[in-house]
Parts: sequence; C-alpha cells; structure tokens
Amino acid sequence: MIETSSTRISKRFLRVWQRNLKVYKKSWKISFIPPFLEPLFYLIAFGVGMSGLVGEIHHQGSQISYVSFIAPALIGVSIMYNSFFETTYASFVRMYYQKTFDAMLATPLSLEEVITGEIVWGATKSLIAAAIMMVVISFFGFIRFPEGLLLLPLAILGGIAFGSIGMFFSGIVANIEMFNLPVFLFITPMFLFSGTFFPLENLPHWAQQAAFLFPLTHLTSLARAFSYGQIHLSLLWEIGYLLLFSIIFFPLAILKMRQRLIK
Amino acid sequence: MKSERGSGTQTHFSGQHIVKAENLLKKFDGFVAVNRISFQVETGKCFGILGPNGAGKTTTIRMVYGFSPMSGGSLKVFDLDISRDWRRIKSRIGVCQQENSLDPDLTVFQNLEVFARYFNIPNKEARKKAKELLDFIALDHRLNAPVTELSGGMMRRLVLARSLINHPDLLILDEPTTGLDPQSRHQIWEKLEALREQGISILLTTHYMEEASRLCDRLIIIDHGLILVEGKPEELIQQHVGKHVIEIAGPTQELRSFIQSTQFPYEDLGHRLIVYCEKSGDLYQRITRDFCKEGCLMRMATLEDVFLKLTGRELRE
Ligand SMILES: Nc1ncnc2c1ncn2[C@@H]1O[C@H](COP(=O)(O)OP(=O)(O)OP(=O)(O)O)[C@@H](O)[C@H]1O
Ligand SMILES: [Mg+2]
Repeated sequence: MIETSSTRISKRFLRVWQRNLKVYKKSWKISFIPPFLEPLFYLIAFGVGMSGLVGEIHHQGSQISYVSFIAPALIGVSIMYNSFFETTYASFVRMYYQKTFDAMLATPLSLEEVITGEIVWGATKSLIAAAIMMVVISFFGFIRFPEGLLLLPLAILGGIAFGSIGMFFSGIVANIEMFNLPVFLFITPMFLFSGTFFPLENLPHWAQQAAFLFPLTHLTSLARAFSYGQIHLSLLWEIGYLLLFSIIFFPLAILKMRQRLIK
Repeated sequence: MKSERGSGTQTHFSGQHIVKAENLLKKFDGFVAVNRISFQVETGKCFGILGPNGAGKTTTIRMVYGFSPMSGGSLKVFDLDISRDWRRIKSRIGVCQQENSLDPDLTVFQNLEVFARYFNIPNKEARKKAKELLDFIALDHRLNAPVTELSGGMMRRLVLARSLINHPDLLILDEPTTGLDPQSRHQIWEKLEALREQGISILLTTHYMEEASRLCDRLIIIDHGLILVEGKPEELIQQHVGKHVIEIAGPTQELRSFIQSTQFPYEDLGHRLIVYCEKSGDLYQRITRDFCKEGCLMRMATLEDVFLKLTGRELRE
C-alpha cells in the first residue's frame, strides 16, 4: 500500500475523536469525579497520614514536604492511567465487542485515522484529568504559575506516549483479560518505582538505571519541574525520551492494529 | 470540508457496470476463500451473492467495499481502482455489515449523526438527512432511544438507514434480514425495493431464497469460493429444475422404479424423493393414483431447489 500511504492519515481522524467526545459528554459529570477526588484522597492520606512518618524530602538540593513531593507525581500517574486505560480496555471494547472500528472502516476513514483518533482521544482524557487535578492541587498551593501551565502540553505528550503503547497492547492481546499482564508488569511497577512516591536515589544503582527506561520516570520528573517552576535545559532530554517513546509506539500500534483488523 | 454528495437525485454513476470483479482472489494464509471469481454488477440493478455458510460471500463483498485487501485479480467500483481510490469509492457506497455494528454508546439519532461525520457531511445536512431516514425506516418515534433498547428488526432497519446517510450510489448488504421475523423482513424488502426504484445499485448476500428471488435482478450462487451459476432467478429455476417439483415422502420400491422409468430428473434422499419436471400434471396424478395416497406433494419450483441441487444437502461446518 505504498502508493496510498501518504494519504492514509488526514485530519479526518478528528471524526473518531469527536465520536468519543460525544460519548464522553453524555457522562462528563461522572467522568469528572475521579480526577477531582483522587488527588484529594492521596493528598489527605499522604499529607495527613504519612508525612508524620516521612517528614521532609530531599529534592534537587532543597527540602520539601512529602505532600508537595508527591502532588505533581499524582498528575503524572493520572496522565499515564487515563490514556493507557482508554486505549487498552476502552478501545478494546469498542474494537472487539462493539465492532465500532469495523463500522468506521466501511466509511471513508482509514485504519490509520481510526487508531490515531483513539490515541489522540486517550491523550485528551489525560489532558482533562491533568487539568482538573491541577485545579485541585493548586488550592493546596503545590503548583507554581505560570510555569505550572506547562503541565497541560505535558499531559498531551504523555497521553500520546501511553496511549500509543496502550493501543499497541490492544493490537496484540488475545482477549481483554490479557491486559492484566501489561498492567501488572509495566504499569504497576512504573506507578511504584518511577520516583513517584520516593526519590529514585533511594533505589539501588541498577534499579535506578532501569527506572530511567520507564516513561513515567520522565513524565513525573517533568511534572515536578513544571509544578515547582524549575525550568532548565536538561528537561529537553526527558521530553525527548517521551517523544522518542511515542515515535516508536505510535507506528507500532498502527502496525499491530492493521495486522489484527485488516484480514 | 464539504460533503461529497449533494442531496439531489440519486444516480451519479453512469457507467454500465458499477462493480467489475475479475479473477477476484482471496487467500487466508494459503487457504483460498475466494477462488478467482469474476462478476459484474449492473448499475441500477440488484445483484445477489448466494451460497452456503463459509462459501465466501462476506469475504467477497469485504473486498468490494475496501475492507479486505485482495490477494489477486482486479476490482473496479465506479470504474475506480479500489486499492488506489478507496476513499472516493468508500464515500459513495453504503454498507450493512453482517454483524451488528451500531454504536451502543449512542442513541438512535446520534448513531446517524456521528456516522455522517465520518463522511464529512456538515452537521446541519446530517441532522436533516438523519430525520428523513428515520422517517423512511419508521423509527422516527424512537429518536432518542439508546440503540441497546431496540429490537433486532429495529436495529437492522437502523443499520440500513445508517448505510444511506451519504446518499450512496451503491448499497452493499451482507445478510440484511437474517434473524428477523416475517414482518420485519417484508418491511426491509419494501425499503430496498423503494431504493432500487430511486436508482441505487444493490449488492446483496442472503440465505433466503425468497428474498433473492424477489429482490435480485441477477445473482450468483457460490460455494467453496467458486461461482456455480450466474443468471436471473427465474432463468436459473427454469434451467436447473424446471417448473414443478414433486416431493414424495417415504417412497416405496415400486414407486422408485416407476420414477426411474419416467426419465424425469430426480433426487433420492432415501426417505424422500424429489422429482423435477416441466409439466407435471399427469405424473402427479399417476403417482397419487397408483402409488401413494398421501405424503406426495406438488409445488412450483423455487430458487431453493436450484440452490440445494447445486450446493448439495450436507451440512456445512
Ligand atoms: N479472517 C479469516 N481468517 C481465516 N479464514 C477466514 C477469515 N475470514 C473468513 N475465513 C474463511 O473463509 C471462508 C469464507 O468465509 P466467509 O465469511 O466469506 O463466508 P460466508 O459465505 O460469508 O459465510 P456465512 O454465510 O456463514 O456468513 C470460510 O471458510 C471462513 O472460515
Ligand atoms: Mg458471511
């Protein structure tokens, strides 16, 4: 299909995105609750319950409270969860059970546009969640503005990265239960060991090295830098890593979905 | 982006054949599902593809609407090449897939509205067209119902409406009435007849011979990926079984010998004899008078007789 590859992605992918937005809007009041309550729960649990045990944290040469250490990480985790779970479970249900993709593929939409629309939608959910959490966390004074606004484009970038790898898994799992595997082996370790709840320096050297492969490590680190207003050039490496991750997994997701759907 | 089609008259394609398939081949890892078949769909006509389960009907039409890449052969739709002009082709066809693919997250009306967007039809026009179509399929009273609340017949009608949202020149229907009650089936037939009146070309697969006889101008019967026959329904009946069929339940040995001696073509299913004949009044009278008082029945030959004669009576896996 070389002759048409250049025209296989047009802005028509937005039509797929719009479909998901329309469905989302039907239940937005309910969809808004988790990103609103989640940071509250965490901040209360860790701020009130744990910080007495943990005390202050040493971060980039200064002492900060434990809650302000985890607050930006919560946004990073939420960016990861929202797009990853959207393009795994939710997309899989649409693809496999609801035959939504089959219906779309009988219209002028290409497979590439369907998948792109889904991934961009996943990133949009990350963006919505990040924005709501930002508002909540700002009330506690843990986000510095205007630098904190960079969390929004970060949510899109992180959303594309995790949405792509999620869609990649959707392309290869045999059934919906099999998502347990990437969740258990990929998402959960990242949630715990990406410098989210304790500094990476607390880990043994080899584990630190491994953690640098986790996209969430870079997402969290960027979220902290933007929240604290500590903008510096070395952040470009971390952005670059997330970009690279997306550039690898986005085409892989399309490839696997093509192999799965086009028979 | 503007919509590809205005809402005026229906037929925009003026060539003689709206679909031209030549030596169409489809392999799934070495397994040949469609074996170099050639057929043409005349513009403005209804063309049927019949065949037992697994014959290759769905596989064939999936290639026609650009869902499945072909393994070989050539395929022209609207005189365009499907592998190059797939987007133009797809914007001018409407498809009812075999499996229900309505969007359960949306209402009846939203299903049409959202689907129209995939064709880049502007919102206002889409809503107008959606209302018209719901009227057409008599679902205008269920506008805001979630599709999950619809009955099977309503869903099928909605799928039909959805496939018409872009004013297609060619309508492709994969078993449009499977699983429907007689009322719903007749309703769909009437709609399809109305559409054909408007000049829409139809490519249809079905397991219902009555449906094929009623709707199809021409049809092919395929099996194991090969075309067995092609023609007009009446012609096929005439050619392959004649006018009448006599069915005899529990035939005796004498009756068997008698039928054999008459030279009429017949099928022996053991517990049942099926005799095909052009003019059968005399034969039927003799059978009922001399051999069996009951269990013998004469009827008009149908497409189903042709189908069973050609594809055999064994079950498919
Ligand atoms: N994706 C696939 N991979 C492998 N084999 C397939 C695939 N799709 C269809 N086949 C095989 O190709 C053959 C034709 O299938 P197809 O679905 O076209 O039949 P059909 O005529 O539509 O049958 P039905 O009346 O049951 O819908 C079958 O033997 C089927 O098992
Ligand atoms: Mg089929």
